[in-house]
Amino acid sequence: MTEATQPIKRRAIALVSGGLDSMLAVKVMQEQGIEVEGVNFFTGFCVEGHTHAIRKKDKDKEKRNNALWVAEQLGIKMHIIDISEEYKDVVLNPKHGYGANLNPCLDCKIFMVNQATLMINKAREFAGDRGFDFIVTGEVIGQRPKSQRKETMPIISQESGADDRLLRPLCAQNLPATLPEREGWVNRDELYDFSGRNRKPQMALAKKFGLDDFAQPAGGCCFLTDESYSNKLADLWKARNERRYELDDIMLLKVGRHLRPQPHYKLIISREEGENRFLEGYRYMFTSITTVSCPGPLALVDGNFESEEELQQAAAIVARYSKGRVLDEVTLEIRQADGVARQVTVKPALPDEVPVSWNVG
Amino acid sequence: MSDEIHELDTRRLLCPMPVIKTQNKVRTLQSGDCLRVISTDPGSLNDIPAWCRINGHEVLETGEQGYEVFVVLRVGEDNGALF
Repeated sequence: MTEATQPIKRRAIALVSGGLDSMLAVKVMQEQGIEVEGVNFFTGFCVEGHTHAIRKKDKDKEKRNNALWVAEQLGIKMHIIDISEEYKDVVLNPKHGYGANLNPCLDCKIFMVNQATLMINKAREFAGDRGFDFIVTGEVIGQRPKSQRKETMPIISQESGADDRLLRPLCAQNLPATLPEREGWVNRDELYDFSGRNRKPQMALAKKFGLDDFAQPAGGCCFLTDESYSNKLADLWKARNERRYELDDIMLLKVGRHLRPQPHYKLIISREEGENRFLEGYRYMFTSITTVSCPGPLALVDGNFESEEELQQAAAIVARYSKGRVLDEVTLEIRQADGVARQVTVKPALPDEVPVSWNVG
Repeated sequence: MSDEIHELDTRRLLCPMPVIKTQNKVRTLQSGDCLRVISTDPGSLNDIPAWCRINGHEVLETGEQGYEVFVVLRVGEDNGALF
């Protein structure tokens, strides 16, 4: 075939989470000769990597960013985009509401597909034939209760602005034909009709493609689907009397034991060395408590003490989680964010002096 | 292209932010330029080289210094700028 008659190679942007479904969706497209580049969005709530990076006990597990790993397996380029600032509005004001926890899955998907749409529109404008023709996701009807349902599929297409340039290769046969199918860029007969929460079709397809190593996050890849995490976020909003957050806030919700002895302050107590190291980086922002007379955790104080008694109480709680918990006395250092520090000696709190109801999350 | 090694400090940031910062920095560099990325997330030692392999950049050196890790890379043919 001469260059003149060679058909234009169609290009797609795929939303790649690092999980199996988006991996399969890309593979299905590649099998049909589509050139795919991946995009992965960082919302701040991604489970990806963070807990592994922080917690020492997970150190033995291989740390990898699954989106990058998938890209490497598939031989595609990957754009990782930080949307954490713009994403706040999705979390705080989801038009379509939340799922079982504080997960705004439908608004989230619309937002992400919209971001991809803006990318392909911009690329078409600036790059001409090297632009992108359509968007691919690994969505499967019935897979996720909030966002991946038969009736949400057209909502995502419309409200994202992608319209019929959004193709879901794994369930396309259950949906009206999209532009890439109608134009013959992809063959609809070689797309799939997966539906429901049954993972067997995906497993079979993975096997067919020879893919045997892939991430399967239990509750999706977002902390907002996690009940304990959502409770901590709700607690943060309640304590501050307003629904807002900064990236540091939502990072800290992933780490340590969170106890709220008083409405106006919360303790974030490290549980092991990795968390200790992570929290260490925040001491310039918060008052912190460390043990001096014995090994113990590092605790951050989110809020302020209103009295000396509260400060003593907080010290006793932190001492309770130190190696000196059975001793009569433990000396601790209370250091303000500005570095001014003082020492206090307290009797460690007894188990029944730290009621379960203080546990946030 | 020059002999200068550009520096990028991603200390305290967690995966995937060191990769995102690296990607965004590389987009401002020219093919052949060198960049040294410093991070406190040990995962960066896997992720930044993986990102380089995917996007056609060369990893010249990786290492650890106490709690810090570093990756030195050379920007490949395409710096990845989208537009």
